[in-house]
Amino acid sequence: MTSDSRLEKILSRGDFAVTSECGPPRGADPEVIQKKGALIKDSVDAINVTDNQTSVVRMSSFSSCVILKQMGINPVLQMVTRDRNRIAIQSDILGAAALGINNILCLSGDHQKFGDHGKAKNVYDLDSIHLIQTVKQMRDEGKFLGGDDIKGKPRFFIGAAANPFADPFEFRVVRLAKKVAAGAQFIQTQCIYNLDRFKQWMQLVRDRGLHEKVHILGGVTPMKSLGMANYMKKMVPGMDVPDNLIARLKGVPKEKQADEGIKISVETIQQLREIKGVHGVHIMAIEWEEMVPGITQEAGLLPRPKVE
Amino acid sequence: MIVAERKTIPELIEILKGQKKVLVLGCGTCVTVCLAGGEREVSIISSALRIASRLAGFSLQIEELTIERQCDNVFIEKAAEAIERNDAVLSLGCGAGVQAIAERYPAKPVYAGLNTAFLGILEERAVWTEKCVACGACVLHEYGGICPITRCAKHMLNGPCGGSREDRCEVLPDRPCAWQLIYQRLKGIGQLDRLKQIKPPKNWNASIHGGLRVIVREDHRI
Repeated sequence: MTSDSRLEKILSRGDFAVTSECGPPRGADPEVIQKKGALIKDSVDAINVTDNQTSVVRMSSFSSCVILKQMGINPVLQMVTRDRNRIAIQSDILGAAALGINNILCLSGDHQKFGDHGKAKNVYDLDSIHLIQTVKQMRDEGKFLGGDDIKGKPRFFIGAAANPFADPFEFRVVRLAKKVAAGAQFIQTQCIYNLDRFKQWMQLVRDRGLHEKVHILGGVTPMKSLGMANYMKKMVPGMDVPDNLIARLKGVPKEKQADEGIKISVETIQQLREIKGVHGVHIMAIEWEEMVPGITQEAGLLPRPKVE
Repeated sequence: MIVAERKTIPELIEILKGQKKVLVLGCGTCVTVCLAGGEREVSIISSALRIASRLAGFSLQIEELTIERQCDNVFIEKAAEAIERNDAVLSLGCGAGVQAIAERYPAKPVYAGLNTAFLGILEERAVWTEKCVACGACVLHEYGGICPITRCAKHMLNGPCGGSREDRCEVLPDRPCAWQLIYQRLKGIGQLDRLKQIKPPKNWNASIHGGLRVIVREDHRI
């Protein structure tokens, strides 16, 4: 074990893992994150907390993770390189480890253009692959990027993201291999709606033997409505929403679209479980966390296994 | 070349408020080529300022002049008399030109008439695009001659990010993703293997983050 992470224990013993995520509030009220955590606590093995997603300012992922941790939840600290240089990043890694956070998801982050502070200066001192390397070096070699020794190594289970749907398609697996070589131990993918394309990507992953080196958790986001599906298809970069899914939602009355969205997610999870090399799912129910218990129940993922 | 853009006339009026005699000084090099601060622009901006200043209630007396290069003392010399007989200078040079004039004339107000934007090239008629951020440690040989620091909005050295689709950059959807271009170019020249290596974090100290950059060529100093 490289960490005390519950998620790492579950994945390393071969259980099918379930993670989900909470978006922190746009304010200082801890109850928002506590409520979200309480809703999904028993349905998942670990909960990601997003780091100012879409570049909209929110409560920090770091402090939200601590709040979840206090509730007995295993949090996954999402960290983007958009807002911190290598000094702040390493400092936060030490601080998070000191407060008992033991999962980290290394990301580059959404460009500030998409958020509420479009005039901000981005940092990008490091990219996401550098961030993975940084955590690994600090954990395994006990050294800062600058070369000095660390007194008290931070122990993290290291994660990264992968988007099987972005271009250039044939390079996406090469990039995954780079993330694995850098030190990624688990991967949470972009939301999967195009299962055929995902299966093609997984074939490339298996051809390179990457499925034996890294735990891949397939991303699932339930559609609340036809409007959301259209928005995701047209407006969200790197998202692949096939026409047949749009047609399926169109085919049911408006008030039933949310149910249909949940049904699609449950079916997706069931199909993902059948794919060799997929070791779990990451359910991102955006501002719809209350649906996670139902989805996991329907998909036969409950009860979650106990960990010593 | 250095690419710049003209400030608007209302902005310039705000900057020049209260001045009486102003020299509008053009530059015959980069900013002439990018149609921002050459002889032609000096003439257009001067006419506009004469009218606008009158409307703003402080009739500017404007003299027009364009020199070969504002960033070079040899050429600045040719503007010496005109600078002396005016109260202030509105420079249509790049940021280097404005500062060269200001350094040479400590007692004279020198104002920037342009926004200096980037190092770039003419892509098509009247369209300029950025090619270089002058980071001080060139990596173009690693990326098939396409700069990820300049052309990727996240300056990724190990890209692409997850946002590109149909070859487009998610931040600037009308522009190609730099990483798509790098991938195609390296594929074309048989150097895709370069992308398999993890490129280490960059030393940003060679860039603006290390403070003012100075190059000294000892071998050329007498």
